[in-house]
Amino acid sequence: MEKNITVTLRVWRQKDAKSKGGFKEYQVTSTTDTSFLETLDILNEDLVSKGEEPIAFDHDCREGICGMCSLYINGHPHGPATKATTCQLYMRRFKDGETITVEPWRSAGFPVIKDCMVDRGAYDKIMQAGGFISVRTGSAEDANNILIPKEKADEAMDAATCIGCGACAAACKNGSAMLFVSAKVSQLALLPQGRVEAARRAKAMVAKMDELGFGNCTNTRACEAECPKGISIANIARLNREFLKAKLKD
Amino acid sequence: MSSIFQSSIGRKLIMSITGMCLVLFLIFHLSMNFVAAFSGSAYNAVCGFLGTNWYALAGTAVLALGFLLHIIYAFILTVRNRKARGSVRYAVEARNSKVEWSSQNMLVLGIIVLAGLGLHLAHFWYHMMWAELAGNEYEIGATDGTGWLQYYFSQIPVVICYLVWFVALWLHITHGFWSALQTIGANNLVWIDRLQKISAWVAGIIFAGFAVIVIGFALKVFPLFD
Repeated sequence: MEKNITVTLRVWRQKDAKSKGGFKEYQVTSTTDTSFLETLDILNEDLVSKGEEPIAFDHDCREGICGMCSLYINGHPHGPATKATTCQLYMRRFKDGETITVEPWRSAGFPVIKDCMVDRGAYDKIMQAGGFISVRTGSAEDANNILIPKEKADEAMDAATCIGCGACAAACKNGSAMLFVSAKVSQLALLPQGRVEAARRAKAMVAKMDELGFGNCTNTRACEAECPKGISIANIARLNREFLKAKLKD
Repeated sequence: MSSIFQSSIGRKLIMSITGMCLVLFLIFHLSMNFVAAFSGSAYNAVCGFLGTNWYALAGTAVLALGFLLHIIYAFILTVRNRKARGSVRYAVEARNSKVEWSSQNMLVLGIIVLAGLGLHLAHFWYHMMWAELAGNEYEIGATDGTGWLQYYFSQIPVVICYLVWFVALWLHITHGFWSALQTIGANNLVWIDRLQKISAWVAGIIFAGFAVIVIGFALKVFPLFD
């Protein structure tokens, strides 16, 4: 049953990328069936009506598929719910009167633009380095032209569910983007269409990831535990294999 | 291929290979120590056989190089990772229950392991291999490994230090062993949990084995036969 809930939001406020930020507390009332982002909307409407600057945060589809929402809530990327994005987080996860700390992703690869909004363009750059296949796209081929074992297709599909939200690098104590890169390498490396450029792709994407200043993976599994799509670190082992094989052939 | 070690995966590969070599050495060391548990004279024969011949010295040099690389790269990776994390830290960090404590504290555990190694070298290597090389003489002979074990492990503070060292080593290997296999790519969806269990067993056996030797000598139960 829907109930009213009043919480204190301790939110990171930062005017712009160059300014020094800090926490500011706000009290907001919503309902247990209201989503966390809607609660932020309610707070922002209140701030605007008072003539104050609303809190900047990323969001788009609000269905858990676009990868736009972020926020580090009470010590977890995307909040305390497992395998869910911030937009899928509801206020019933919190207690009435609770103080909720909301921070932006913290990683050198994701600089803060404003308040809780970070620049995740680094992931786009990694994708541009090799996260694609160079084929001439005509009309769709017959699905049975290239036979793919079901297990491979399933694994590729699981890797492809990565929405590139950045929770992996945000959760990692090393600021490593390996789970993201490995998912993007795996979704193609597992399929015959992606094998042709597999070696070049692994080398290019890892080189770009290193160049952009992401950290080294130490296999803590924090990324996997916090990933809203449950991407497995078995993909990281595959990326390591692909990369080392490619480098040994150089 | 030369650029492999300049990449993040290549640097981890060095940690992985050197770490695996060190685990292999520990298993070899432990099997030698078990000889001491059964027979003091047999253990002294092993010490005398290894002594200061060229293959023992070459093995020690390779091992020292492996250790050095492992330590140097641990610090290099830590510095790079701290930089990658950024200068502003989270105000609230809730540890996920699925994340092993040891995996988050490998450097601290490694430093304790290193301190324990220093103590161990000062106790045994210095009085045995180094004494033989430098011609130093002590009341207990350079090849009397059993004598040194009896001498040091009759001292309670030394026993406590060694047990703390073994606990750190246990936790370090619990994560390090499967992490090394993951880094070389020897992992997949089926083996991921199995490798973690194997890793826990390997670390547990190494810890229990060394702890039994130390406690056995502390309680004067070892050597069992002579």
